[in-house]
Amino acid sequence: MEHAPPPFFKTGPTPLARLLIFATLSLALLVADARFRYLELLRQIAAVVVYPLQRIAAAPADIARRAGEFFVTHGALREENARLHQEQLAHALVLQQHKALEAENAQMRALLGARERIASKVTLAEVLYTARDPFSHKIIIDRGRQHDVRGGQPVIDEIGVVGQVTRAYPWLSEITLITDKDQLVPVLNVRNGLRAVLAGTGDATALELRFVPLNADFQNGDRLVTSGLDGVYPPGLPVAEISNVQRDASYPFARISCRPLAGVNRSTQVLVVNVERNLPERPVEPDERPARGKRTRRAG
Amino acid sequence: MMHSRVVGPQEILLPIRPAFIAATLAVALLLNLLPWSGWGLWLRPDFVALVVLYWCIDQPRKIGFTSAWLLGLLMDVADGSFFGQHALAYSILAYAGIVLHRRVQRFAVTPQVLHVIPLLIMNDVIVLMIRLLAGADFPGFQYFLGSFVGGALWPVLSVLLKLPQRPRVDPDHV
Repeated sequence: MEHAPPPFFKTGPTPLARLLIFATLSLALLVADARFRYLELLRQIAAVVVYPLQRIAAAPADIARRAGEFFVTHGALREENARLHQEQLAHALVLQQHKALEAENAQMRALLGARERIASKVTLAEVLYTARDPFSHKIIIDRGRQHDVRGGQPVIDEIGVVGQVTRAYPWLSEITLITDKDQLVPVLNVRNGLRAVLAGTGDATALELRFVPLNADFQNGDRLVTSGLDGVYPPGLPVAEISNVQRDASYPFARISCRPLAGVNRSTQVLVVNVERNLPERPVEPDERPARGKRTRRAG
Repeated sequence: MMHSRVVGPQEILLPIRPAFIAATLAVALLLNLLPWSGWGLWLRPDFVALVVLYWCIDQPRKIGFTSAWLLGLLMDVADGSFFGQHALAYSILAYAGIVLHRRVQRFAVTPQVLHVIPLLIMNDVIVLMIRLLAGADFPGFQYFLGSFVGGALWPVLSVLLKLPQRPRVDPDHV
């Protein structure tokens, strides 16, 4: 029989054994999360634990910004006031026209019997911080499930689309920016109505249009707005401007790079759009199972 | 000042309080959560990894895999990254720290940095590997800058975290 050490020297399993246990546990978590997305509940619990720390950490920058806002000079305020007045005048005409058009549009839709366009509610949120992950473009905002933010909702700023809510925690949400690698936005060219899919590249200032044939009519300076085809983004929100079109006959598709319009990595306040989708109910699928004959033979 | 390879006469320190270890880990988590941006994001060392490594080398009995692993989970949630990537990296880091602690403790602070930097880089490489396997792009070599900054912070850290352990000098004692 092996000689057991006195309990004084007992320190539990060896470090290697512990490492193996925890490494296996981590790998299991990784697979469960990356592949099957089983762990949203666990993530929610951990999010609640880390929430106070997140707020405390975001506080100094917030205080600095507010202090900066407080010490604004009189001249700067007057200047801004004058500029805003001018902008208001400039927009007044457009707004009145817009109202008239909206009314006309509503009337025509009613005439056509089309369904009303989705009335969307927006939630104003402050950006708490940029996720410190060099591999992805994400921001964290200070509104969450408690404020009716849900996963999948589009996020915009005063210019255009910023991104999409990917995870909503109780008081915070995580937003994937449109510049994140493989984040897709279905868009429409304002000039001619051509549809395409805009994808992030992982670079904060560049987006690309994917799978556009060489002869498609996309030019530098064309503005792209959301097409609304996905049912996620409401139609007509500005997204990007085409900055460079390369057509090389050796590739099947044109290489079209775009520049995001919204302050994707600059804005400090964003709007979460709560799109209420009243999609028609899914039609009942006819029972297509082929009628099984009594081919199952019983044993015996 | 010459750094001797082997530490000279060691001073006797007070026992460490577990609450202090917990507090330093919370502060490290807080520092990681600060809103860094631009170059600050690249230069930012992983404070949690640094402090976990420090305690694993200094007090391997007081801190273990469980706390390293849980901190990793919290980091994963705060970063919105895959669950378990930091947890795995911190567990391996804790293992390296605990296994190497006798060796590293024999060195003075400056040569200790030469042990710390490779360990922090290993920590980064583990996270990098997981992300590359999940389909991300290589973010460039500036990704490793934070580890070197972390190494540069090690001497400061080893002074700061030893402070509460130093016996208070009694002025009346002759």
